[in-house]
Amino acid sequence: MTELPLIGEAVAVAANPRLAGAKIGVVTFPGTLDDRDAARAVRLAGGTAVELWHGDTELGDVDAVVIPGGFSYGDYLRAGAIARFAPLMSKIIDAANSDAKLPVLGICNGFQILTESHLLPGSMIKNDHLKFLCRDQVLRVENNTTAWTLDYEAGQEITIPLKNQDGQYIADEKTLDALEAEGRVAFRYVGFNPNGSRRDIAGITNAAGNVVGLMPHPEHATEPGFGPESLDGIGGSDTDGLGFFTSVLTKIVGGDK
Amino acid sequence: MTTETTKKFNIDTVENAAKTPDTELPWAELGLKRNEFDEIVKVLGRRPTGAELAMYSVMWSEHCSYKSSKNHLRQFGEKVTPEMKKDMLVGIGENAGVTNLGDGWAVTFKIESHNSPSFVEPYQGAATGIGGIVRDIISMGARPVAVMDPLRFGAIDHPDTARVMHGAVAGIGGYGNSLGLPNIGGEMVFDSVYQGNPLVNALAVGVMRHEDIRLANASGKGNKVVLFGARTGGDGIGGASVLASESFDDTKPSKRPAVQVGDPFAEKVLIECCLELFKGSLVEGIQDLGAAGISCATSELASNGDGGMQVELTSVLLRDPTLTPGEILMSESQERMMAVVTPENVEAFQAVMDKWAVEYSWLGEVTDTGRLIITWEGEVIVDVDPRTVAHDGPVYDRPYARPEWQDAVQGDTFTGSVQDAGRPAAPAELAKAVTELVASPNMCSKSWITNQYDRYVGGNTAMAFPDDAGVVRVDEETGLGVALATDANGRYTYLDPYHGAQLALAEAYRNVATAGAIPMAVSDCLNFGSPEDPDVMWQLAEAIRGLSDACQVLGIPVTGGNVSLYNQTGTTPIHPSPVVAVLGKLDDVARRTPSGWREDGQAIYLLGTTAAELDGSEWANMRGHLGGQPPKVDLDAERALGEILINASRDGMIDSAHDLSEGGLAAALVESSLRYGVGARIALQDVMDRDGVDLFTALFSESQGRAVVGVPRSEEVRFTDMCTARGFAHTRIGVVDAASGQLEINGVDALSLDALREAHEGTLPKYFG
Repeated sequence: MTELPLIGEAVAVAANPRLAGAKIGVVTFPGTLDDRDAARAVRLAGGTAVELWHGDTELGDVDAVVIPGGFSYGDYLRAGAIARFAPLMSKIIDAANSDAKLPVLGICNGFQILTESHLLPGSMIKNDHLKFLCRDQVLRVENNTTAWTLDYEAGQEITIPLKNQDGQYIADEKTLDALEAEGRVAFRYVGFNPNGSRRDIAGITNAAGNVVGLMPHPEHATEPGFGPESLDGIGGSDTDGLGFFTSVLTKIVGGDK
Repeated sequence: MTTETTKKFNIDTVENAAKTPDTELPWAELGLKRNEFDEIVKVLGRRPTGAELAMYSVMWSEHCSYKSSKNHLRQFGEKVTPEMKKDMLVGIGENAGVTNLGDGWAVTFKIESHNSPSFVEPYQGAATGIGGIVRDIISMGARPVAVMDPLRFGAIDHPDTARVMHGAVAGIGGYGNSLGLPNIGGEMVFDSVYQGNPLVNALAVGVMRHEDIRLANASGKGNKVVLFGARTGGDGIGGASVLASESFDDTKPSKRPAVQVGDPFAEKVLIECCLELFKGSLVEGIQDLGAAGISCATSELASNGDGGMQVELTSVLLRDPTLTPGEILMSESQERMMAVVTPENVEAFQAVMDKWAVEYSWLGEVTDTGRLIITWEGEVIVDVDPRTVAHDGPVYDRPYARPEWQDAVQGDTFTGSVQDAGRPAAPAELAKAVTELVASPNMCSKSWITNQYDRYVGGNTAMAFPDDAGVVRVDEETGLGVALATDANGRYTYLDPYHGAQLALAEAYRNVATAGAIPMAVSDCLNFGSPEDPDVMWQLAEAIRGLSDACQVLGIPVTGGNVSLYNQTGTTPIHPSPVVAVLGKLDDVARRTPSGWREDGQAIYLLGTTAAELDGSEWANMRGHLGGQPPKVDLDAERALGEILINASRDGMIDSAHDLSEGGLAAALVESSLRYGVGARIALQDVMDRDGVDLFTALFSESQGRAVVGVPRSEEVRFTDMCTARGFAHTRIGVVDAASGQLEINGVDALSLDALREAHEGTLPKYFG
């Protein structure tokens, strides 16, 4: 990652016509909250964000998809339980499982939707302390070979915001063992487990590495002046999350920025 | 609705009312006074129908009509100078005021109370407080961009405080977090005066382009009136149950208590769908439904328009089909909006509703009769001049007088009092006192609360708690943004309502300037006891007079707000608590000034002078004393300080700034150190010599018009030259020390930042888990 000023003015990554040609869809459900933030993160990384609507029946020509955070349809039943049945979700599931292996990133509610859709194993339940928690969270990048983590070093520690009420990752022991054995734990909480997640798991990937889900919010750590360093200022930078978006753009354009 | 349901009602039509003048009506049970009922009869020229009585009773309530405060609130308008009007696009009277930000941008903000519901049912009370204020902002055509919550609870160790605190904080979080609005600040005060009357105030701010400003009026004959959003249910119907004589059916669902239940998902969808309506210019007028529900929306829209309105009440979509007409008119079900749409836009309007799966029903249309006519299956049940409902309610000149006890209270100064015995002086005592101060209920870290709120969503939050003001970017291209702060000090206002209210304004103004923003507008939430008590009425009158005078001196107008009265238990009122919100503008939020220092070796300056002002202070409060005179107000000095802070920020002369208020310099030094975990070495001898105060007073006095700033070495000459040129007192009191991990103050035992943090952050978890 390049060194960035504390309170910056310019876009973090210089415009690159090749990257700008890459289209990343950002899904909006009724109740989605971080969609504009995710779209901004895509732009800051140099790509082109495309709005997708939950009721759409076609994915269009997007090269990757971000399912952002929020409370889809209010999440009064169980987080993500209704969203998985959205017309657009069946297209995303098919594309993620196809030979083309569409890169899909689920953030917070997006992660919950991906587990409900069975694109990723396990599930999220209420935080062990039973409260909504917003804090800057240190994560270790355990797997830097996924479509969304290529630009990180293996074992790199990053600080990005976490904010949720139902963030406790759970799965049966067999599944957890398999995830560990296959290197599919993508991110782990470091220093403090904010919600009681099993084995400090903050995010996971599917076997192919194209579908990644995590509870913390990389899109809120992509712009100088508006991330953890500026808002809370104890550790971390403002742009530790930008790597998610540069990674997938690099992947889409074939490794050549 | 089906005729099967409506058959259950004995509909009291206008025709029937004219024929049966002697029918007894439950006006007293609905909260009306005899003279008010007589006035209604006079206005109508006959007795009101049950439905009309319901409308008048809610619209003429204190909450909706401001009948006790109106005569005093006028001053906010009367004292507006041309300077104050310069940037005001919409003033008091609409759902929220609108201020010009430049570049075609406008900002709207407002603060409101949701006090008593939050005591009865803290979660829903606080949640729907957010919902209501956010709908006010949408009604102006704006996209809401942030919320703030000033909170005042009873004693921290009282068993009931935990119930209210947990519920209110979870409610604000549960509702606000689901709307995608960052919570960027607020206040938290514990005081036993709020035990039975907690104050849960909510502020929302929204932004729009000038051309998107919408007003609540129904104009254009033939335009359609539509109600959309959530269905209407039995919630929030207080006194309406006494109208149950309208019903023959005693198997109805029981009435919900006066507290409404919120559905944040419905509100979030409502926000997005309204913004889409505005974008397509699909509505002519719009009004949210809050207190007094359909009664308020129809009468306000109609009376602000140029004609009248005709509405068929059976078209309202109901959650509870057994509701009577009066109940439907009074229901305070949340997440509803009413709009006026031209016939040619009806189809496009419906398409937006369908996209967002929002329910709607067409209730009627705008007429040119000047009357608000509401029918029930075609039979007229309301036929009124809408102005008499919405605007021409009763106005009272409540008697008020300076309380007899006021002199005694003001004469009881802290210095030399019993509680002042053993004032700390030795280095170890002072260190202990500083630690005790920053761990005290009112001065401790609020992160236990604010960590339950989303401060990141939207990606435009440039500053939030614990900095002095919340800062939100408005324009991503230019960095244009707004800063907001809310403040009140009930103890100061109790000691002197006129100056106490001014001190609240001065602090909010200072906080906004400290962030580097130019103060532009004020919104106030006046929380007081019963206006029928002359003592309280005097406090209210004095506070309004003080606030309006101070706005004039500072050159910023009040653009909206609300009054919350009857905050008292038995005959004991709360401290008069005018919560004042100030909004400021930053041309580029990148230039905002955070409250903590970071860079080793930077010079630390104290701006302003310190007097022995401990009356009403946090220190006196911790010692159980309340008496004397609040700190002196000097609005010209506040303005001068503000200009220094704003210029220094704009020209890059300071890297940090923190205002001095409750807890004085001691609190500010600790907070600036803990902000980024960077210590400092401080020596106050120059301040003590110049101002003639001892070390304890230098640390704990709450003299106003002061701030501490961190100045880069390279800017020191330029900065001090500016202060000198402006004749503003400034003293170099120390340097930032990044390596020590300590706050060292000459004459005070060194304070380790770890220990200070533990004390500062440990208090709320200790009481609330």
